[in-house]
Amino acid sequence: MEKRVTFGSWTIGILFAVPQLLLIFTFFYWPAGQAVYWSLTLQQPWGGGNVWVGLDNFRSILSNADYWNSITASLVFAAISTGLAMFVALVLAALTDRQLAGSRFYRVVLIWPYGIAAPALALAFRFILAPEAGFLSVINRMWPGIWDPGLDGADAMASIIVAFSWKYVGYNFIFFLAAFQAIPRSLIEAAAMDGSGVVRRFWDIQFPLITPTIFFLLVINITESFQDSFGIVDIMTSGGPANATNLMVYKIYSDGFKGLDFSGAAAQSIILMVLIIVLTIFQFRFIERRVHYQ
Amino acid sequence: MASITIRDVKKSYAKLQIVHGVDLDIASGEFVVILGPSGCGKSTLLRMIAGLEEISGGEIAIDGTVVNKLEPRERGCAMVFQNYALYPHMSVAQNIGYSLKVAGVPAAERQLRVQAVARTLELEHLLDRKPMALSGGQRQRVAMGRAMIREPKVFLFDEPLSNLDAKLRVQMRSEIRKLHRRLNATSVFVTHDQVEAMTLADRLVVMNGGRVEQVGTPAQIYSRPASRFVATFVGAPAMNILEGTVDLDGLSLLGGSRRLAMARAGLPVGTKVAMGIRPEAVRLVAPGTAGALDATVDLVEELGAGRVIYVDLDGASFSVMTSEAVHPEPGSAVGLKISPEDMHFFSSDTGTRLEVFKASVPEPAL
Repeated sequence: MEKRVTFGSWTIGILFAVPQLLLIFTFFYWPAGQAVYWSLTLQQPWGGGNVWVGLDNFRSILSNADYWNSITASLVFAAISTGLAMFVALVLAALTDRQLAGSRFYRVVLIWPYGIAAPALALAFRFILAPEAGFLSVINRMWPGIWDPGLDGADAMASIIVAFSWKYVGYNFIFFLAAFQAIPRSLIEAAAMDGSGVVRRFWDIQFPLITPTIFFLLVINITESFQDSFGIVDIMTSGGPANATNLMVYKIYSDGFKGLDFSGAAAQSIILMVLIIVLTIFQFRFIERRVHYQ
Repeated sequence: MASITIRDVKKSYAKLQIVHGVDLDIASGEFVVILGPSGCGKSTLLRMIAGLEEISGGEIAIDGTVVNKLEPRERGCAMVFQNYALYPHMSVAQNIGYSLKVAGVPAAERQLRVQAVARTLELEHLLDRKPMALSGGQRQRVAMGRAMIREPKVFLFDEPLSNLDAKLRVQMRSEIRKLHRRLNATSVFVTHDQVEAMTLADRLVVMNGGRVEQVGTPAQIYSRPASRFVATFVGAPAMNILEGTVDLDGLSLLGGSRRLAMARAGLPVGTKVAMGIRPEAVRLVAPGTAGALDATVDLVEELGAGRVIYVDLDGASFSVMTSEAVHPEPGSAVGLKISPEDMHFFSSDTGTRLEVFKASVPEPAL
């Protein structure tokens, strides 16, 4: 039975909800509404009113090859970083759940990266991955010029993917570990008695039982990879080289605040929002069907 | 079909020793019940046989093969867990057939064998359901089916009935018994419920504090308990114990307020003993009857078929079970008549059974 608090009078209930409603309105609905308004108008860079232009902003963005390049880069980034962050976290959590040596250490240490601000960790990775002096400079010594995120778009993309995944491995790990630990020990033992080995048990018993968590993390990771990537891109690559890492969220910032195209940036925000909504709906429609909720 | 040999098996976690050197031989096809209070190490022993728990010392052999280092799947045991441990994401048929699937049995044969097991356990109409949609008794049967389908050498039961309600428990108990009679597989059944233990066991192993207290048939355990622990643990209501001291020609009980005259056959005067009498071995007589102990009624518990009468014997609580139609009022006086052959004696120090007493005087004199 769920416990519910009930209030005698309708007004008291509303009064309790008002602070939260105010916050949501001020920081979500109002800016979102403004963005929709801006995206349908043309704003003067130095003020002086808006001119209604209908869908012209969207037309010009969607006919721009740079923008399509940005969407592609974002999708590539989202797919690879989500996959990497979830896979590594899943493996670590599975090992930790088996109480292998060092599992106590992982458990504490792995949540830390999530607590680090994206720009700070980006700066650290910038040093680590620096082609001339970082850890990877060893490779350049052996094969000169093979690694240079400043010149090679693929290297740059790899750098931001690694930095972002590193941050989310810890977050995912905590959820995966909790999910593994929620599986009754006796289920694993029953499977062992049924003749199932470690790997088989993982695929037949543990994996199906943590699908709700996998699904939750998939939605969160993909959404965050579109949004939380800004700080990493800004510090590590600034969208370069040659727009190779100009993710949608970074392009909104650079077009809006550096290019002073507020209206175009607003239209891009709307497109990004719609894209995330569509992706989430897609995940709920097609992936959730394969999830076993207990 | 397989015998199990357990030799000096020990289990400890870090510094804490749970099982202190258990020796046990289980014959092929035998139904052995391990009975004991919670924390006595009975489940740990079972899990060591299954291979779910590492053996800290000693040796376990199944069918003559030492299995200490073998994985659970290599031991040929099947286990029924207390919480059933059904795979929640699989249907009943998949649950029962999982071990065959792992073993690589072709789907067609698998289906036939699942059907056969389901027929035996009357689960045929439930094969497509998920465990969540089953009742407690049905889940229990699925767990049994999952163990049966592998045709294991040994069945292990870890308190499988303790999550069921009383009525279902009695029913499942007789089903397990019938099943064992048909399959005749070696079975080890762990429980803390003595009624379950008495009714199921060919042979009963009573454990306490990580040690085996007594091994024997249920009748032997009941009639000749090897220790004070076994005496008070088996039987309901529990056996009455009266502390006493050996004197020149008998026993002085309850700090000297009551006496029993009997030959003391070898025990030195002053030895402290505990005398046990089962509540159902005591006869109620009129107060003041010669050779009976007088007591005051405290409380009467009506059981329908009989009643338990709690009496006060010079400050010590004492229970009597009778099926006679007597209903003494609380506060009234009754006489308790005890035959010498129903008395059990245990050492006060070690708790072990003493066989030295011969009741030479048929009636305890007051």
